[in-house]
Amino acid sequence: MKCNQLVEVGRRQFLRGGLVATAGAAAATMMPGRAKAAPPMALVEYPSNRLANLSDLKLNEPMDIAYPDGDSPGVLLKLGKAVEGGVGPQMDIVAFSVTCPHKGFPLSYNTDDRTFNCPGHYSRFDAEAGGQEVWGHATQNLPQFTLRIDAKGDIYAEGVDELLYGRLSNVL
Amino acid sequence: MAYKRQIDRLPIIPKDAKEFNVTCHYCIVGCGYKAYTWPMNKQGGTAPGANKFGVDLGQQQDAQTPNWYAPSMYNVVKQGGQDVHLVIKPDDNCVVNSGLGSVRGARMAENRRSDVTGTQQQRLTEPMVWRYGTWQPTTWDDALDLVAQVTARVVDKGKEDDLFVSMFDHGGSAGGYENTWGTGKLYFGSMKVKNCRIHNRPAYNSEVHSTRDMGIGELNNCYEDYELTDAIFLVGGNAMETQSNLFLNHWVPGLRGDSMDKKKAQLPNEPHAPAKIVIVDPRRTVTINTCEVVAGKDNVLHLQIESGTDLALFNTLFTYIVDKGWLDNDFIAASTFQGPDPAQAENKAYPAALTSFKAAVAACKMSLDDGAKICGLSKDDIVKAAEWIAKPKDGGARKRTVFPYEKGIIWGNDNYRTIGALVNIALATGNIGRPGGGVVRLGGHQEGYMRPDESHVGRPAAYVDDLIIKGQGKVHHIWANDHYKTTLNATEFKRIYNKRTNMVKEAMDAVAGGTRAELIDAIVKAVDAGGLFSVNVDIIHSQIGQAAHVILPAVESGEMNLTSMNGERRLRLTERYMDGPGSAKPDCMIAAALAQNMERVLRAMGKADYADQFKGYDWKSEEDAFMDGYYAHTGKIVTYDRLRAMGTNGVQEPVVDYKDDKLVGTQRLYTDGKFDRHGRPDKKALFCAGAWRGWQAPGKADEKVKYAFLINNGRSNINWQNHFLDQENDFVSDRYPFPFIEMHPDDMAKVGVKAGDLVEVYNDAGATQAMAYPTPTARPGETFMLFGTPTGQQGNVVNPGVNELVLPDYKHAWANIRKLADAPEAVRGISFKSKEYTA
Repeated sequence: MKCNQLVEVGRRQFLRGGLVATAGAAAATMMPGRAKAAPPMALVEYPSNRLANLSDLKLNEPMDIAYPDGDSPGVLLKLGKAVEGGVGPQMDIVAFSVTCPHKGFPLSYNTDDRTFNCPGHYSRFDAEAGGQEVWGHATQNLPQFTLRIDAKGDIYAEGVDELLYGRLSNVL
Repeated sequence: MAYKRQIDRLPIIPKDAKEFNVTCHYCIVGCGYKAYTWPMNKQGGTAPGANKFGVDLGQQQDAQTPNWYAPSMYNVVKQGGQDVHLVIKPDDNCVVNSGLGSVRGARMAENRRSDVTGTQQQRLTEPMVWRYGTWQPTTWDDALDLVAQVTARVVDKGKEDDLFVSMFDHGGSAGGYENTWGTGKLYFGSMKVKNCRIHNRPAYNSEVHSTRDMGIGELNNCYEDYELTDAIFLVGGNAMETQSNLFLNHWVPGLRGDSMDKKKAQLPNEPHAPAKIVIVDPRRTVTINTCEVVAGKDNVLHLQIESGTDLALFNTLFTYIVDKGWLDNDFIAASTFQGPDPAQAENKAYPAALTSFKAAVAACKMSLDDGAKICGLSKDDIVKAAEWIAKPKDGGARKRTVFPYEKGIIWGNDNYRTIGALVNIALATGNIGRPGGGVVRLGGHQEGYMRPDESHVGRPAAYVDDLIIKGQGKVHHIWANDHYKTTLNATEFKRIYNKRTNMVKEAMDAVAGGTRAELIDAIVKAVDAGGLFSVNVDIIHSQIGQAAHVILPAVESGEMNLTSMNGERRLRLTERYMDGPGSAKPDCMIAAALAQNMERVLRAMGKADYADQFKGYDWKSEEDAFMDGYYAHTGKIVTYDRLRAMGTNGVQEPVVDYKDDKLVGTQRLYTDGKFDRHGRPDKKALFCAGAWRGWQAPGKADEKVKYAFLINNGRSNINWQNHFLDQENDFVSDRYPFPFIEMHPDDMAKVGVKAGDLVEVYNDAGATQAMAYPTPTARPGETFMLFGTPTGQQGNVVNPGVNELVLPDYKHAWANIRKLADAPEAVRGISFKSKEYTA
């Protein structure tokens, strides 16, 4: 089974975040307030956004999410085996940006070999190897979202390990 | 562990940042980039008025935006002695790449030396000499005096054969017209050094003698021709990996049909369709996969030949096309040699006769049956290929076909005849000098060759690496060559080179604390006894540099002004946007300083006549070297100022005029049907009468029988050439900590290895190591190993066999494979999945 729905969505609509408006709105409400005149911080302040609950995930079926805001689409994945950056009881749950770090095209997930593939210039990234670029033109591996799971099994995204395409600050 | 930079934001380029023209210094394509620099204490803002792009950077930017740069495009470097922010990003306005950045070029900024961010600390900063049992930093005066004193003891006027020179002849990187002129003037002007070689081969020769002898320079079309063509006939090339943005920005539009409007507008009187592509390669590459995705499988024909049989295929196609009459007879009559045959007889300098069309047809004749059998192809596929590239279009219009080729046949079996046979087809079908045509090298580096006449080198040229192995030569000057990583017969070369240079090191160690005269005497005595004094000019301390006695630090593109041309002869100036490391200098200025030291030393030795030959190097900068070389020898049209004004699009060589404040170039060569690369006054192209003759280089046929695996080899898109900067780039070394060797899973099972296991590849020539990469699309018994790497050199197992003109057949090595070790720690966690895109 191939998950092509991300590709089929028009690029512009995608980047406007229409597909993930709900998640985006949720992110906005959970953004911590920022005091006026506070000195700038050394790191960007990542929101802690609830993405899903453990019970929502099905093996190798990507769930569309967005992080850290509605303009940055991603997927949440349960891979069934411990992988790099994986969380949860089996250390197998990961989340990645699905905007190609080369030129910003939306990636599609190939469930057969668990890679993200770019229809723009044919780069591909390995979901089971921390988003490593298997082959391609991007000069960075796929940004992975840092996850935390609470006692209720709610999965939160709380950070990103690479700069996201199309923004010079991961939090706009 | 996938390497992550953990960078969550980047400084914004302010509106008033300085802007510089940059041509990517990696591959031949030469994508246009812009470098931006600004002071450390300043930054732009997200508001449209506060940044270079004039847009709101507080918003997510769309795909393909020019208003974004990756962390690899940023660094902090020195400029005029001050730390500055640096961004080098692809230029949307460059017609070569239209804003695309490759996985190589888009790391240019990150691959600059920075004392602030710690990148490329391997760059050499000061001259070093072997002293007290190791390398000690010193001054240019001290180091160059030692080089000149020793060199002057082994050369004399007219007697320069004991000085061996390895010197790059390319553009880009640290090459370019300035630097090839500097070294060329020294070794071919002031001296007449015969025992010299080029960066990627063991002699001073052309990679493509036959096309030049036939009258046709190897870079004769323009990149737009791929958008205008009916068919591409790709041989021994992997453009998606190694000319990535030529492929993406020019081939893909042609194959996908995006350029149909352009075809109809420029070539209105004939039918058009999206281009088809024939790919001749024993290996299934990512280029083939991508072509299938963009053009549809029905429009891609992979001729997966028996490796090394290209000549048989081309002669078969030539014969078939001639029999069918799919020829450009008017062109053949008007522009090619008409006899009496031969125009050039076969001899030791010409591995095939060069003739008229008619004589070549007779000499190259090969039936479909024979061709199919030798090449391991079906007759139907050969016929299909012939139809795609030569069968006239509806209405009878001649088919337009581009014939790009590269290392698969250049470093392949029977180089001379094979390339000649390909050019035969392009000539016979009238595809040279016409829109949508060309028979062209794809290229590796950019070009930037400007040197005095080299004919004293002779043809065949000296097989320098073999002469070194045999004990010849006393002093060796090396300019950015790393034989240890890239030569053939490398196991033996390294063994002997280490031994001979160690003799000199021991002699130098034995006179520690002595006078300069005692040191020179000790070195001369050691080289007279079979030692070799090695001088290494490079940007890093290379592997062959480990054997050197003097190491001289050079700068590269961007640290100096540098001119080069790309694969469509597009000449650009990369402006100096940062300081070089330490006291490193441009190669041309090092050559000049060495010449001046030679003059001084020779004069002191009482050799005034000889010393006078080393005059004429009073250059103040690389621009003076450019004016002395390129400007003075190309019609005095191109200057730095004029070229700078042409920006990242530059001008296509040859440059013929300067008009209306613009340099005027040449889009395609040979549009007038006159061919001059061979120097014949009649300007007629010649055909190559080269029959198929099996394995040409010594030892190949026996080796094939003796060993289990073909060790095919080449580049990947991520690793540039011999990995000189990439070996210290975390993103790159994290992907392939060891060179991969692609193997069919059944072969891996036979050898008893799993993905990532370290294997030893061994044969009579030597041994090397690699990391097994399971590749179901590989043919059993045929592997593909990454070449030129610091952690396993494929050249170790390439036998010394070369062609008549000393061109290596690197692509044909056969060896056995055994397991060395389980996957090393560095390999664990990396991806071993297919490199092929899937929808």
